[in-house]
Amino acid sequence: MSDNPEEFWRWREYRHTTPDMDWHNAKMITAGVDIGSVGSKAAVMLDGELYAYSAMRTGGVSEETAIKAMNWAIEETGLKTENINYVVGTGYGRVNVPFAKRTITEIACHARGAHYIYGPTVRTVLDIGGQDCKAIRCDEKGKVMSFLMNDKCAAGTGRGLEVFADLIRTPIEELGKTSLNVENEPQPVSNTCVIFAKAESVALLRQGWQKEKVSAAYHLAMVNRIIDLLTKVGIEKDFVVTGGVAKNPGIITRLERNLGIKPLEPKLDPILAGAIGSALFAKALYEKELGLR
Amino acid sequence: MKAHYGYKDGSGDYFIIIDTDKCNGCQKCVEVCPYGVLEIIEDEFDIEGGSMAAVTEEHRKKIKYSCGPCKPITGERKLPCVLACEAKAIIHSW
Amino acid sequence: MITAGIDVGAKYVKIVFLEEGKNILTRASGVVGFDILKSVTVISEKALDNAGLTRDQITHIVATGMGRKATLKTPPINVEEIVPEVIADAKGAYHLVPTVKTVIDVGAEEGRGVKIDEKGKVRDFVINERCAAGAGTFIETMARALEVNVEDMGPLALKSTEVIPMNAQCAVFAESEVVSLIHSRVTKENISKAIHDAMAGRIASMVLRVGVEKDVALIGGVARNPGFKPPLEKELNTEILVPDHPQYVGALGAALLALKMEG
Repeated sequence: MSDNPEEFWRWREYRHTTPDMDWHNAKMITAGVDIGSVGSKAAVMLDGELYAYSAMRTGGVSEETAIKAMNWAIEETGLKTENINYVVGTGYGRVNVPFAKRTITEIACHARGAHYIYGPTVRTVLDIGGQDCKAIRCDEKGKVMSFLMNDKCAAGTGRGLEVFADLIRTPIEELGKTSLNVENEPQPVSNTCVIFAKAESVALLRQGWQKEKVSAAYHLAMVNRIIDLLTKVGIEKDFVVTGGVAKNPGIITRLERNLGIKPLEPKLDPILAGAIGSALFAKALYEKELGLR
Repeated sequence: MKAHYGYKDGSGDYFIIIDTDKCNGCQKCVEVCPYGVLEIIEDEFDIEGGSMAAVTEEHRKKIKYSCGPCKPITGERKLPCVLACEAKAIIHSW
Repeated sequence: MITAGIDVGAKYVKIVFLEEGKNILTRASGVVGFDILKSVTVISEKALDNAGLTRDQITHIVATGMGRKATLKTPPINVEEIVPEVIADAKGAYHLVPTVKTVIDVGAEEGRGVKIDEKGKVRDFVINERCAAGAGTFIETMARALEVNVEDMGPLALKSTEVIPMNAQCAVFAESEVVSLIHSRVTKENISKAIHDAMAGRIASMVLRVGVEKDVALIGGVARNPGFKPPLEKELNTEILVPDHPQYVGALGAALLALKMEG
């Protein structure tokens, strides 16, 4: 939880262990650690099934965050890092996961993780992370066919939403809901640059627009931008959204409305896709190491 | 796999698209690029590995600028990397 | 005959009153508010007042700049014609520096590179729009992150002792980078230099697309920043001229074009 109520961009950290699963019975214990620019996620899998996970903010030192995220995921399970057969690191800080045997790019991990979370019908994965936006096309096995990543510019990323949450002093978790509280969609603000979009939003607020309406204009701009990127790799059903922004209904509802395609409902927290994908790659790599593949 | 390296920003779309199914990792594009934009990397997308061309981390967020000198607004446009690639695995989006 | 040029930029309105196409009678400017037309009207009327002129004494008025469309044929100022920024830039810069072949205009929200021929006609141009990283807004945003006045950014950069690279290409991401540089105790002078270097690199690459031919003139609001010219000269490997009152060159160009309306 946020220690400082003024930090509207802060999101809640959490962990989970799946009940009725016991790691002592597992043949293979693998893990994935996804060190993102804003959030870090760790997932532990028993024979390819999700067992425990954690999601927390990335700190100043990636190595420390990686250790913290992992320890938090296995907290109270009795499991130790040494018991894990194979760990794969992914994400922006993937080279800084000290106990990872290998790294795999987050593009491949997100496709693989989305395949696990949503099932084999997934063909298009949109991942909106803290500082990037990825559009991925994959096949029925979760293998990447085409991808595009935008991490140069904050427009269309979680960071763009954080800037806005601070501006209108609304907690980031409530931002999307607020933006849907409008009768009609207003004209979007600039969809190309967060700095300009913010300046336009300030001008609209000064002009007397309600927070909700400005929020709608901002979300709409972001959605237009994301759709623009998606169309470059092409959108094929089934379509899913992963990453932190998947939890923002202001983005999801507008994506559905403007694309005419309903994203699949996640069975698991979509923020974990990268970590789950890397834990699955870890399993495949461990099997290869044992000569099972 | 079609790997799109680059970005979209307020001024437009700037992607170098490398078809990794066509790319054989021959390195010719790396040799001819005057600005060190390309490199050969180990495949980090799959556990099987292999090598393929990619845009370097350093240039991914500024290829509009890095590739700018090879793209005069007027006159003939000859992109050394595209011309050098026998497999025709490289496309520039702009 | 007196003509007027109004440059309605993203941030400021700049106005020039010109006598017989030679003598600049007035330069005036003001911040653009939410209502562009209202801002232009207020600033124009004030400029007329200060110059002791009335609207009737101005024979022709031409407007340029991002917000130019709002002003066309609208009372009370009644701008008669509007022209794109690159045309006004070329005209104004050629008037001030007849040997100029390349004009670089860096404003609050846009950067432009214009190639002109020996007669001052536009041959080629390139525009970087709608991205704060390639315009004056970048330096302004970074000044806020550094907690210094934007006017102090250039002088600070000139006092730098070390070259520090900046990785972020986006103004939003660069803000975080600046904060982490402050935390790792890099001096404000060196950070400011890094900011100017990064921006100069982007503007240089943009200009290289039209090619650089001497003489090169730098105009627009950012040209007033003394910290920007040196790294740009280094990047382009050429000497750059900055005319006096560089932010008024577009407005001057518009006033010169207004003179032509006489036929």
